[in-house]
Amino acid sequence: MTDTRPLVPSLWSGFVGIVRRDILLAWKRPGDVLNPLFFFAMVSALFPLALGPSSEQLGSIGPGVIWVAALLAALLSLNSLFVSDFEDGSLDQLLLSPQPLTVLALGKAIGHWMVSGLPLVVISPLVAISFHMPDQSIKVMAVTLFFGTLSLSLLGSIGAALTVGLHRGTALLSLLILPLAMPVLIFGARTVSLSTSDDAVSAGVYFLAAYCMLALTLAPFATAAALRISNE
Amino acid sequence: MWKFFHKLASPPHFYQFAGKIVPWFAVIAIACIGYGGYAGLFVAPVDYQQGDAFRIIYVHVPASYLSMMAYSIMAISAGIGLIWRIKLSHAVAAAAAPLGAWFTFLALATGSIWGKPMWGTWWEWGDPRLTSELLLLFLYIGYMALRASIDDIAKADKASAVLALVGVVNVPIIHFSVEWWSSLHQGPTLVREGGPAMAPDMLYPLLAMILGFTFLFGALLLGRVRTEVLYREYRARWVRELLLGDGGTT
Amino acid sequence: MNFLLSGHDLCLFRGDKCLFNSLEFALNPGQLLIVEGSNGSGKTSLLRGIAGLLEFEQGEIHWEGNLLHGHYQAFRADLAWFAHKVGFKDDLNLLENLRFEQSLHSFDEGSVMAVLARLGLDLLTELPLRSLSAGQQRRVALARMLLSKGWVWMMDEPFTNLDGAGRSLVDAVLSEHLANGGSAIVATHQPLEIVGDVKRVSLS
Repeated sequence: MTDTRPLVPSLWSGFVGIVRRDILLAWKRPGDVLNPLFFFAMVSALFPLALGPSSEQLGSIGPGVIWVAALLAALLSLNSLFVSDFEDGSLDQLLLSPQPLTVLALGKAIGHWMVSGLPLVVISPLVAISFHMPDQSIKVMAVTLFFGTLSLSLLGSIGAALTVGLHRGTALLSLLILPLAMPVLIFGARTVSLSTSDDAVSAGVYFLAAYCMLALTLAPFATAAALRISNE
Repeated sequence: MWKFFHKLASPPHFYQFAGKIVPWFAVIAIACIGYGGYAGLFVAPVDYQQGDAFRIIYVHVPASYLSMMAYSIMAISAGIGLIWRIKLSHAVAAAAAPLGAWFTFLALATGSIWGKPMWGTWWEWGDPRLTSELLLLFLYIGYMALRASIDDIAKADKASAVLALVGVVNVPIIHFSVEWWSSLHQGPTLVREGGPAMAPDMLYPLLAMILGFTFLFGALLLGRVRTEVLYREYRARWVRELLLGDGGTT
Repeated sequence: MNFLLSGHDLCLFRGDKCLFNSLEFALNPGQLLIVEGSNGSGKTSLLRGIAGLLEFEQGEIHWEGNLLHGHYQAFRADLAWFAHKVGFKDDLNLLENLRFEQSLHSFDEGSVMAVLARLGLDLLTELPLRSLSAGQQRRVALARMLLSKGWVWMMDEPFTNLDGAGRSLVDAVLSEHLANGGSAIVATHQPLEIVGDVKRVSLS
């Protein structure tokens, strides 16, 4: 019996499998991808509508508004990260697979980012233009959002794992994640503001990249621990 | 020595041990706060820059120091409970959270009150400490909300422990981010907390207050943990004997 | 004596209620362990505890001579799980689901169509899983069991949602697995017609 040991797939096979599966699922349900994007665009539009279209004001509030809208859109899409897996039993199968749960958790977070964060980075220039932001700011905005949305997906996966299966999980998720997301918001928005006044932005971008690396290496462990606990 | 701690991890022994310690802590706390309060309000000289308003430092500084110490205690005991599966550790974390939250709120309130004569406003987003205290309050509230939303105590312990550990990594990052942000923001000057140049007459009451608050926190924490222990172990015989008085120990 | 999988002095609480205490079991290759008990008696919890999804209050589980705690990864390579929830995505079709399964547990791709044919699913591969009936979805879960190379099968109420033909299929597949030297733990409150080495554990 022990001659024919079941072959365990390579370490990253599960990671790639999950990312591919989640992207395929998003492809079959475009609403899940588009709704947060529309939300992002609409929330951004609320501010010029409410505050009036004065150009300098728009230029100065643009970075902050866009960043807050991105954060809210991320929270919206994070809610359902593990819910369907929990409900149809896929989460049990993930926990019972020989693949390390940390790698699978990383896969969920990266898959989520590719489906929600990346598209947001892609359409952010459009929103930035509507706020009359200068060209170099638009580039900086995209870079900061790139690292920022990735960090949010990673941190958010921790919160989503902690609240999966709870009845009133939605608002709780936001409450748990927002304090953790503050550094990302602060550095992201402030760095873009600096770029509008032609100040040096490299410090801010480096910080965001570093924070992103920290999240990338540590968050999956917390997410995996939280998933085991929540699934009991 | 090791045996002492091992014994302490057992709920009934802890209950008794803590019961003996709480009155001592309370006495020391009252003494220190009494001295510190009196000296701080009446004996310490008036600050040449801030006038009498600086005296709020005697509550604000201990409160903010304790708000962070409470979070560390909460996170460390939650971590110990999660890794080594010691139930009492989880009880300590659960008991520390509301206390820490209240100290944070006190730090924010006194900080805001101090701010009024300093900046002319009740709140100043430009002050890094005030803003990071606010975020610390949100971390506490998130922890307590997560605990409250999970019915099974063991599960709530473990889930909130993960959250506390994630939070503790973030606290220094939050603090750094806010400081960086405020250093760019051309806002009003930071609240002066008095550095090493503080006159001894001002310093000693402050140290007494810090010590007193720490013992106050200790007494309150141990008291809360005792209650937590009773609540969690209500099924156990020693609790029944204790509460119903069937010849048990106090 | 070294068993393949054994549990010793297992105790589990659900909230305040003690579901079982000092439970023992031992399993060898080719053996079937039937966990009996009425609804709510803790059968599912026992299975989930053995698989490592739940923690026992006390007790130990040994697998291949080692304490299971700390060797879960290797154990899970050998484990195939079949429970009430199918564990596949509704929106994806059969092949897409099995392709994902392949990334978690490798199986022989060549045998996929043969297995599906045996289970009567070979014509349903293009439909999203939500279009299949409950019984058909259970057969998809059964496909997972057949394709996996796991030696330990854990099945929780395997007969729910299956008609007579479906049940005979489960009986046949299980008997085959046991005859090949595999072992299984099955929680059920219905009679199981299996020929072979059967042990029972009863939770009351």
